[in-house]
Amino acid sequence: MTSELLQLICFYAFSFVTVAAALSVITLKNTVHAVLALVLTFFSSACLWMLLDAEFLALALIVVYVGAVMVLFLFVVMMLDIDQERMREGFVKFLPVGLVVAMVMLAEMLGLIGVRAMHAQVLGADPAALAGVSNTAWLGLALYTKFLLPFEIAALILTVGVVAAVALTLRQRGDARYESASQQVKIDPRDRIRVVKMAAVRNDESNAVDDNASQEPRP
Amino acid sequence: MISLAHYIVLGAVLFCIAVAGLFINRKNVIVLLMSIELMLLAVNMNFVAFSRFLGDVSGQVFVFFILTVAAAEAAIGLAILVLLFRNRSTINIADIDSMKG
Repeated sequence: MTSELLQLICFYAFSFVTVAAALSVITLKNTVHAVLALVLTFFSSACLWMLLDAEFLALALIVVYVGAVMVLFLFVVMMLDIDQERMREGFVKFLPVGLVVAMVMLAEMLGLIGVRAMHAQVLGADPAALAGVSNTAWLGLALYTKFLLPFEIAALILTVGVVAAVALTLRQRGDARYESASQQVKIDPRDRIRVVKMAAVRNDESNAVDDNASQEPRP
Repeated sequence: MISLAHYIVLGAVLFCIAVAGLFINRKNVIVLLMSIELMLLAVNMNFVAFSRFLGDVSGQVFVFFILTVAAAEAAIGLAILVLLFRNRSTINIADIDSMKG
């Protein structure tokens, strides 16, 4: 019982942090602070997933989102020179309509959930533990058997993402000089050097001295 | 005792915060992208909770795929954003009207 109480306390603590950080994501004036608040949101969500015994996904959320996507966001925010004041122009104007839509939506969702939640739907035992494996093994077994094709397609999507991001942002600069490896490989020595066969000629003495002055001295 | 409803309510709250964020930050594309990430997080929260409740692994596998696609989406979206800023020197939605849509 104390363990369950502790879990409930942890749940409320983490979800309070999650909601507070999510609220500050959409209200903070400085975009960098908003990105950092989003990092906090993801981190505390990962803690909540840990409470659900979804360890692999919780750590993947931290590694993929906090480690990669949010750093990408931070880079872009810091690269762009944004006029913060102009960005905030419509904030007060759109605040009421945003609040109304969000509140109505929340009320509808909570109504729907409340009807179902009348029967206490307690989360059962960890299904991975029931199967006798860890959460990662449980997920991996499904991923590499039943979901093998979607898994491969996910890898393809990531490749497309990488190629598209690079292709979109790659900039050819006119003033830079590049080496072309294919041209370097394809080059034929005969295009560069012409070996000329000449018959040996005997110069007179005055010419020979002039020619030899600029070259190495004759032994 | 944590029940399924706890997690679903949390997901609903997160989703509504994200929708409100889309409305009140409609000038700033970066915050819009972050609101979409918040929405995906809310959906993922529901998936994980139901996966645990039903004892079905498919929910967690689906979260895995959502994370993959969301990472690709964020990368391409930010690349488009950088391109936009390079060409127009603004990321204000109101200024992006060259397609007269």
